[in-house]
Amino acid sequence: MSEKLILTAAEQPEAGAALKKSLEMTKADVVFEVRESNMRGRGGAGFPTGVKWNLAGAASGANKMVICNADEGEPGTFKDRLLLEKYASILLEGMTIGGYGIGSSQGIIYLRAEYPYLVPVLMKAREELVSRNLLGEGILGTDFNFDVEIRMGAGAYICGEETSLIESLEGKRGEPRNKPPYPVNSGYLDRPTVVNNVETFVSVPHIILNGFEWFQDLGIGNCTGTKLFSISGDVENPGVYEFQMGSTIGELLEAAGAKDVQAVQVGGASGTTIKADELDRKLSFEDLPPGGSVIVFNSSRNMMDVLENFLEFFVHESCGQCAPCREGNVRLLDTARAIRGGKIMSREELKPFFMLAEVMKLGSKCGLGQTSPNCFVDIITKFIDFPDGKGGM
Amino acid sequence: MPNVSVTINGVTTSVREGVTILDSCKTAGVEIPTLCYHPDLSLAGNCRMCLVEVEGWKTLAIACVTPVTPNMVINTHSKKVRHARRTVLKLLLAAHNVNCPECERNKNCELQELAEKHNITFNEFQTSPKPSSLEEVSPGIMRDNSRCIMCTRCVRTCEELQSVAVIKPVGRSASINISTFMDEGLDNVPCTQCGQCINRCPTGALFETSEVKQVWEAIEDTEKFVVVQTAPAIRVGIAEALGLPTDRTTGKMVAAIRGLGFDRVLDTDFTADLTIIEEGHELISRLKKVLVDGDSDTALPMTTSCSPGWIKFIEHKYPDLLPNVSTCKSPQQMFGALSKTYLANKEDVDPSKVICVSIMPCTAKKYEKDRPEMRDSGYKDVDYVLTTRELARMIKEAGIDFDNLRDEKYDKWMGDSTGAAVIFGATGGVMEAALRTAYEVVTGQEIPFEGLNVAPVRGMEGIKDAAITMPDKMASGFEFLAGVTLKVAVAHGLANAKELMDKVHAGEVDYHFIEIMACPGGCLGGGGQPIPTNPTVRKKRSDAIYEEDAVLHFRKSHANPEVQLLYAEFLKEPLGHKSHELLHTHYTKRD
Repeated sequence: MSEKLILTAAEQPEAGAALKKSLEMTKADVVFEVRESNMRGRGGAGFPTGVKWNLAGAASGANKMVICNADEGEPGTFKDRLLLEKYASILLEGMTIGGYGIGSSQGIIYLRAEYPYLVPVLMKAREELVSRNLLGEGILGTDFNFDVEIRMGAGAYICGEETSLIESLEGKRGEPRNKPPYPVNSGYLDRPTVVNNVETFVSVPHIILNGFEWFQDLGIGNCTGTKLFSISGDVENPGVYEFQMGSTIGELLEAAGAKDVQAVQVGGASGTTIKADELDRKLSFEDLPPGGSVIVFNSSRNMMDVLENFLEFFVHESCGQCAPCREGNVRLLDTARAIRGGKIMSREELKPFFMLAEVMKLGSKCGLGQTSPNCFVDIITKFIDFPDGKGGM
Repeated sequence: MPNVSVTINGVTTSVREGVTILDSCKTAGVEIPTLCYHPDLSLAGNCRMCLVEVEGWKTLAIACVTPVTPNMVINTHSKKVRHARRTVLKLLLAAHNVNCPECERNKNCELQELAEKHNITFNEFQTSPKPSSLEEVSPGIMRDNSRCIMCTRCVRTCEELQSVAVIKPVGRSASINISTFMDEGLDNVPCTQCGQCINRCPTGALFETSEVKQVWEAIEDTEKFVVVQTAPAIRVGIAEALGLPTDRTTGKMVAAIRGLGFDRVLDTDFTADLTIIEEGHELISRLKKVLVDGDSDTALPMTTSCSPGWIKFIEHKYPDLLPNVSTCKSPQQMFGALSKTYLANKEDVDPSKVICVSIMPCTAKKYEKDRPEMRDSGYKDVDYVLTTRELARMIKEAGIDFDNLRDEKYDKWMGDSTGAAVIFGATGGVMEAALRTAYEVVTGQEIPFEGLNVAPVRGMEGIKDAAITMPDKMASGFEFLAGVTLKVAVAHGLANAKELMDKVHAGEVDYHFIEIMACPGGCLGGGGQPIPTNPTVRKKRSDAIYEEDAVLHFRKSHANPEVQLLYAEFLKEPLGHKSHELLHTHYTKRD
């Protein structure tokens, strides 16, 4: 696998071409195309987009909603910002195709609180599309209507979780909901709702124009297409890179110019921490789940600093609703500090806290608490030595 | 929904598709621990105590929320499950003020009970003891957030059952807590002081503002003449509060209270009957003004006024409907006013020495007694209010063996009760009592329901209504009501009250008389009653109330001999000069 520019290529398809093609297809065929492409959601969890659209399309309920999750909050992720800045009209086109596919006429972009400067960019793109009859009433002379409004988040990491995002859109406290019901059946204002990441929607016009087989040929196995990675940390050329799914982390680091690598954090603070000897691992849902973020640490970095920083972040960002996440992250942070302070000096003493991490993964209400212990387990297991051996169980 | 087959701990059973894992396990006789779950409330799924293992699932499932699906294989005590539950429990305990002996809910705490059941003898997460933090002090309700486990049962109670919604989670992560708008405090937001949040708190985070200490001091002060009144619902609650089965225990209760050292043990039932006379005549008078005089200033429907939570609710939410509220004081406040006038005179004591204590199923009564307009006797009409739970604490502290007491009777002058007064304690009871009396006043005949039981206004349905058509032949002076159909409605729980009053507000209904009780089930489910509360408990208390009604000699308020004496010797007539001075009041618009 290798670097391949599609979403970020200099040459982009003509605005409206994919939408025009979609409107000439049946709704079912549009959803079929996306489903067969095997594209998995680009937000991090990797749920197949076409399956989600299919469920929302089949759900009973009026006023279906298409929501774009632009609450890009995972530490080290800035790839959606690039898409929003440069490819806003393709994003809107992808949402419109989604609306046509599931039978919705209303879209919302939930924009990260830190990105207010992107509002005019998105508004301008919307107005342009409306003026070209690619958005709004009677799109391209059909009876299909679709429009998009932009709403601002308020700065909470948890609102990147789709049901919290929906709660927030409804004007409530941003907290995850119980599932079922899933948003595809009962989401925003109890309407059938599709929530997809920015990158997911941006990929859609390309799939429609080039066909699902073309997309399937990109990537590896079940992980099809290309993927954007925000690379930061100890590299010469930090930035956004587009690689095929299945590329190795080594290939990415080479492109970004990483030297003296000690560790790489893949998929943000909630992702996986790997060591320098794991650089041939593949970025795919089967191996290293490819969130948007790759952070490189060279040998000058103290990994306990990194762990403490990540855990402080989770302690700050847990919504506080469910017990394992609310209390658990605090305990993990305390434990990390106890290790640094020499109060915990053996694997034996760590045992209950690894078990706590396991319970958080199994018993937390949403992805936040289910993934926040990853850094604790990874960093202590892989980087910390105790007299009775490495950390970990 | 069809039945589906599920396997619970290796045993295959058939349950209705779509029911939760929790319910299907309950049916199968498998107990699953819960904390944030409450049968009166929506499902929150936040405590994570009810985690179970479902075959094929990556994570554990929460039993309270997750519906069963065909052929689901559930394990409720696998190693993974037990470990997860113990960990969750330890985390909750570590963040909790575990100074149990100093807690109002010691030995009646769901967290403590689970800790015991799970044999938590050591908690590796317990680092430092959590100090008490009294976050909230209001006339009826206190909150100690150091005991809060963030189950949000109080929040859901306030919003879903009461449509008051003044408490919410504030902040996030470990600094999350339950608070009011801008931390203003319950006293400065439209809280009704109903105390339903207390009754649904699994721990001791919420409790009543206690006056036990002041009451002991009054009893011990030989200068004072301390009279106590007991509300209708106490007699079916006190046994429960003492750990005994729900039962009506009026005689034992009187004996126990007398044993505590009060000078007189009297009955709020007495003033409940008095309320019926005053309120019944007020209704008839309003009907006359509207039907005969065509007076457009007279407001109908008239609503009851005995529930102080309801009064505060309407003052906040529907101030323009305040003219609809009966001007009658609540039975507690009528009693207070009479205790320092009529009773003081009868007992020949200086009214300034009378201390009036009431035992109420209610926390809002603590607020009500402090209202500035409640001093018509020339003194504070009611000095202290104790909840059923506080009374139980005093009985326990005094070492009174409640179960083995002999029945005793109330003292005289204000101690007579009727069945009509007893049923004030249940939703629909005031309405039924009012109808028993008002119908007889205007027609000269008993109300035409078998055994005087006005069945349509009984029961636990949220909003009930009934229509009673007057006969052609009326008592002298009430001919204007001949053939008129009297329409009445009853609501309990403020969410139901809101639903009903929204219709009144919009002019969609044409009721003449409405009974509203702030608490689900009426006073028997009041915020001062024993904990826990749930539909089963409330049904038992309600059954006990109607049993008491059925066995009493007098079942109509106007038949209460001491009330008759009160009118003959003191008040002279319903709605008369003295009544207006002592027994009626006015209300205040609140933001």
